[in-house]
Amino acid sequence: MSTTTTAKAAGNLGNWADERVGASKGVKFLARKIFPDHWSFMLGEVALYSFIILLLTGVFLTFFYIPSVGHTVYTGSYEQLAGQTVSEAYASSLSLSFDVRGGLLMRQIHHWSALIFVASIVTHMFRVFFTGAFRKPREINWVIGSVLALLAIVEGFAGYSLPDDLLSGTGLRIASSIILAIPVVGSYISFFLFGGQFPGEEFIPRLYTIHVLLLPGIFLALITAHLILLIVQKHTQYPGPGRTNENVVGYPLFPVYMAKAGGFFFIVFGITALMGALFTINPIWAYGAYHPSPVTAGSQPDWYMGWLDGAVRLTPGFLEFQVLGFTVSGNILLPALIIPGLVTMPMILYPWIEQWATGDKREHHLLDRPRNVPTRTGLGVMAITFYLLLLVSGGNDIIATHLRLSINDITNSLRLLVFVVPPLAYVVTKRICLGLQRKDREKVLHGRETGVIYRTEEGEFFEVHEPLDEHDRWLLVQHDSFRPLDPAPTEDERGVKRPGARFDKVKAKLSSFYFEDRIEPVTPAELEAAHHEHHGGHEAVEGSDEAERPALAGH
Amino acid sequence: MTALAARRRHPLAAAAIVLLGLLVTGVAYAAVTPGRAQATTASADDVAAGKKLFLANCSTCHGLNAEGRNEFPSLIGVGAAAVDFQVGTGRMPLQATGPQAPKVVNKFSEEEVKQLAAYVASLGPGPAVPSAEDVDASKGDVSKGSLIFRTNCAMCHNFNGKGGALTQGKYAPNLEGVTPTHVYEAMVTGPQSMPVFNDSTITPQEKRDIIAYLQAVETDTPPGGVSLGAIGPVSEGLVAWAVGLSLLVGCAVWLGAKAS
Repeated sequence: MSTTTTAKAAGNLGNWADERVGASKGVKFLARKIFPDHWSFMLGEVALYSFIILLLTGVFLTFFYIPSVGHTVYTGSYEQLAGQTVSEAYASSLSLSFDVRGGLLMRQIHHWSALIFVASIVTHMFRVFFTGAFRKPREINWVIGSVLALLAIVEGFAGYSLPDDLLSGTGLRIASSIILAIPVVGSYISFFLFGGQFPGEEFIPRLYTIHVLLLPGIFLALITAHLILLIVQKHTQYPGPGRTNENVVGYPLFPVYMAKAGGFFFIVFGITALMGALFTINPIWAYGAYHPSPVTAGSQPDWYMGWLDGAVRLTPGFLEFQVLGFTVSGNILLPALIIPGLVTMPMILYPWIEQWATGDKREHHLLDRPRNVPTRTGLGVMAITFYLLLLVSGGNDIIATHLRLSINDITNSLRLLVFVVPPLAYVVTKRICLGLQRKDREKVLHGRETGVIYRTEEGEFFEVHEPLDEHDRWLLVQHDSFRPLDPAPTEDERGVKRPGARFDKVKAKLSSFYFEDRIEPVTPAELEAAHHEHHGGHEAVEGSDEAERPALAGH
Repeated sequence: MTALAARRRHPLAAAAIVLLGLLVTGVAYAAVTPGRAQATTASADDVAAGKKLFLANCSTCHGLNAEGRNEFPSLIGVGAAAVDFQVGTGRMPLQATGPQAPKVVNKFSEEEVKQLAAYVASLGPGPAVPSAEDVDASKGDVSKGSLIFRTNCAMCHNFNGKGGALTQGKYAPNLEGVTPTHVYEAMVTGPQSMPVFNDSTITPQEKRDIIAYLQAVETDTPPGGVSLGAIGPVSEGLVAWAVGLSLLVGCAVWLGAKAS
């Protein structure tokens, strides 16, 4: 077939579709959609592709998995468990691992992909947070993304609870205990969810429906909304020459990004498949079947739940006490329900919290450089530090055995560190950001240090500072610098208290917390003044051979 | 009968009944309790040589007559199994104080361990070193062993016998490479923080099952590829980030760099 006939065939097909469903408009819109290019914009793609891999491998797994706790005798090919009475869920998980061709590989790809799914969501959120991509008009997408991140954790938990192995049963036992810790209604909720006393016979089929139907459905809907918003609102871009708040500099979706994204999907799939082939994950055969009495050392959840486990491990036991014959399980309630709420609510609401501080209602399509928003960057690093410390605490027993430390020392140290280190991380990060901003100012005003040292005839030494070209300079001076908001007067001119005055006061306080310490970008006037200074300061040197001589700075 | 009936109000009758009761109970108990086997092969020479070794290496802490003092336990009645385990795995003589005695290279010869064990066994009855048949993995049932192990051992030693943390720097050691004899002896003597699993808690056959299971864990090829230490999800999470996500971010950087 020659090229012309191929093109003609494609044209005919396109025409056929266009005449029936009016595809050309949409295809044209999408194909010409411009996306900017940066590696950090691909982190969300990793999450999307992991989700597709999860759907594909998950469908395979459903062909063989039996969601039932009915008793059966294991007669499969794994000899270490031969003849044991196990649940059908566990037996089918084993048989799909050992007696279905490619089954274990599929299970391992599915599980690795789940870990990478959540990890890529988290890193994608880091990018969005630190670059301020959540600002107007993208607040809704931030909320959708946050909900997706939280649901991913729930989905992961539901998934690894399905095989009904010893570890997953222990995890479910903890989940039921957390529910039981809710005052007054806890036991009712637990009985409702588990269909009676734990473990009961209902939870596996229920979790199965949640894991393969309910949550994936919600995921598909939310991911679709997330992507539609991404397309409707143009993509953000990093500041740079020719990039403004009004344009998007990049490549069209077709053909550049079709090829790139398609290729990247296969890279993600390839790496995940490689991990599934090489590394054991969740060896359910080694954990054995779930039974309420045994528990194994090193019982940990998957990494994304680890911070909650860590919080529980850090909370002292005396928070459980009795009032009027009722047990109040503060030791579970606080770390497993209150702290997650306290952590996730500010995360979801963050776009508005910052809006209160800036009072900024404009749209933003140019991303921030993290250093230019020191308080936000500091807060982000503080949250990450807090999270990491809890995660470390979740593995305290593994750390104790592998580093030959006392688990009590680790726990007690972390109890202190979890309060001390995050604020410290905030201060240090903010200071580093301010320092970097100062350096940027210095660069704009006095140019880049070239490392070239001049010596004058009199023996004086100068380092040559090369002024930045306008592109580089623009990058360092283009950003907004917010000042703390002035609190509006609390009373009107007649001395009557203004409604909302109190909230304004809070906002003003928040604003000064954010913008009290700030380094303003160099203004054109300052730049002008700096140039004058240079020319005046070293006239003798400047005058000698001005044609090739770079500007000198003697400070 | 009448003679017995006539004397039933005798002042000593009550005492006689109590004595009889005690005798019956004691004899019945002795008959029912699993017998504490004695190492029978130890000769008087072994005991004498063992005593010399004991005085040179152990008596500083455990006392000249193994009577113990302060925090150092008496060794009377711990049996040959305890000595074979503690000295055979290098835990004793203790090299340094710490939360617990670590497994190190044993510096005694097999003969010397046997002599020491014979001496300690001669001080009082205690569990003997198990016979080759007692620890024969081929006579154990792997599947039963895995169940028993999971119920009794996994909470400290982890599901695959890889060990786990206890309080204050103590730990349940990794069972990889521990000889079946030492596994058996640990169960019957309960060294350090470990509880004693005597023959009524875990029967000798069940002990063989556990040994068979541990052997299977050690020799079977892990079906899923590199086992990442078999310590649960912590190492998996580490690999997901350190290998998976780093590779993916690396590829993203590579793809991003190609454009410009």
